[in-house]
Amino acid sequence: MALPAGKALRVVFGETVTELADRDPRIVVLDGDGGPSTGAAMFEAAHPDRFLQMGIAEQNMLGVAAGLATVGFVPVVSGFACFVVGRAFDSIRVLIAQPRLNVKIAAGYTGLLTGRTGKTHQMFDDIAIMRSLPDVSVLAPADEVEAAQAIRAMIAADGPFYLQLTREASPVLFPAGYRFELGRAVRLRDGCDVTLVSTGVQSVRVHEAAEILARRGVAATVLHVPTIKPIDTDSIVAAAQESGLVVTVEEQSVLGGLGGAVAEVLSGHYPVPVKRLGIQDTYGESGANDALLDKYRLSARVVAEDVETWLRQRPAGQLLTHPEGAGKR
Amino acid sequence: MSEITPGIPELEAKARQLRRETVKAIARAKAGHLGGPLSAADILTALYFRVLDIRPDQPDWPDRDRFILSKGHSCIALYVVLALRGYFPLAEVATFDQIDSRLQGHPDMTALPGLDMSSGSLGLGFSAGVGVALGAKLARRTFKTFVMVGDGECNEGIIWEGAHVAHRYGLDNLIVIVDQNRLQQFGWRLDGAGQRRPPYDGDELRDRWASFGWAVSEVDGHDIAAVVAALEQARAVAGRPAALIAHTVKGKGVSFMEDDFRWHARVPTDEELAAALAELGDPAQVVEA
Repeated sequence: MALPAGKALRVVFGETVTELADRDPRIVVLDGDGGPSTGAAMFEAAHPDRFLQMGIAEQNMLGVAAGLATVGFVPVVSGFACFVVGRAFDSIRVLIAQPRLNVKIAAGYTGLLTGRTGKTHQMFDDIAIMRSLPDVSVLAPADEVEAAQAIRAMIAADGPFYLQLTREASPVLFPAGYRFELGRAVRLRDGCDVTLVSTGVQSVRVHEAAEILARRGVAATVLHVPTIKPIDTDSIVAAAQESGLVVTVEEQSVLGGLGGAVAEVLSGHYPVPVKRLGIQDTYGESGANDALLDKYRLSARVVAEDVETWLRQRPAGQLLTHPEGAGKR
Repeated sequence: MSEITPGIPELEAKARQLRRETVKAIARAKAGHLGGPLSAADILTALYFRVLDIRPDQPDWPDRDRFILSKGHSCIALYVVLALRGYFPLAEVATFDQIDSRLQGHPDMTALPGLDMSSGSLGLGFSAGVGVALGAKLARRTFKTFVMVGDGECNEGIIWEGAHVAHRYGLDNLIVIVDQNRLQQFGWRLDGAGQRRPPYDGDELRDRWASFGWAVSEVDGHDIAAVVAALEQARAVAGRPAALIAHTVKGKGVSFMEDDFRWHARVPTDEELAAALAELGDPAQVVEA
């Protein structure tokens, strides 16, 4: 069943932060000249006095945000992932993460689909980088329903946050009554053959991949992880226990992102085979969205194929490492 | 402000004491920096004993003036001045750089009350100071934000990113003090001499701040009376941020450390410590050390 069309998460960001600021005078938005692209322009229109243009200078933008936090504001920094993380990492680490200041970093243009920009603007390691910082929470919502709630939760909580947003419109995964909880993973589907773990809007494609797999007789559990840090260890372990086989899928590098986080959790708590799907150890390129998703093996069809191939090709002996899972398979 | 405003002779005595405690702390810790703390000592004394509106017994007082030591590697001098001003006992300076100490090798605002910002990666403290001053403007609060940077630190691009934004927002509640001691850790070679080329030649750095639209003034950074007056003037600037270029000498106060880049982060031997303390006055301190 096709999911309904939804908004790009950058639009949800602009709308939600603007609305929250109507009631919360602490909120200010810092823009690094990305306003029309990131959704921050909406905030400027509604709250011009609290829209702080910082120019094309991300290191300083993150530093100014830290200073604003010390006098009681809730600075929301808006920019592209490649610049706010890639360019300004030192400011984030020393001025925001280490002092645990209440700065919210909202990164638009994450992952592969950044509007035919090519590799300079395609940041595949922002999750890996940001989750490596102690005391920073890392969020990657899947759709407009979850993003709106994740933004509210992030503003309500104290401390530094990193939020992944997206450029392209994506389908609505969750019903209106859905409740996002910080730190909690969400089971989208139950199945005994394999456990698929995903995050961000890629969870929508993984959800669709699970439907394709179901039609081919493979029953997959799908666990969506909107809070990558602090990670929901219990839910990941519980989901892994059901099938004994875990595949992580993300619109990020397979080095250090969600796949890394899940592998860390499972190696410590419940060692089972983990296959990490996502951007391999490579850079991106320009191209149409569908072509990119297929080439970098993130479309629902290709994910389903890769999961099936892995399940088929795995040496049978590996199952012995996990008796419960082997029994069910 | 303390109830009794100290006069210039008292401030000079405080600055000498600050230098003595700084040299002793570095010798004791066998680590840290000396050249930069000694060049900044008179300015820090002027700030903490005369210029800043602060309450040492209430370090988080919301309306206090802020001070950020962006050249965070000079923090031993800041720790000593905070102790002398009553933020914590002077004896705690002995823990500098030791395990579990609140006095970290670079300022950590999560460890020590009285630090208005963590710093250590050069240029960042200044950028945060722009944010503090901008926040004060937005919240219509009247405190001032003072930031000390080094001239070598001004190599960092973030300084000029922040300088642009501070001017654009008319942050006349922001005062940057450039501790222009004309040396950095290593810097550029100067042919035929044991010295180094300064990070900026002549008036280059002053002109640079001016070109960013800042109200620039200059002072002898070791003339405490002049420093106090210059800081008060900078504080009164309206409509734009102020930069005070303080002409200083790296290692000031100890003849064999002065103007020698090798004392940026060198630990004195026992003999050098004794010689330094002898130069810095107060025989009682020398005996005690």
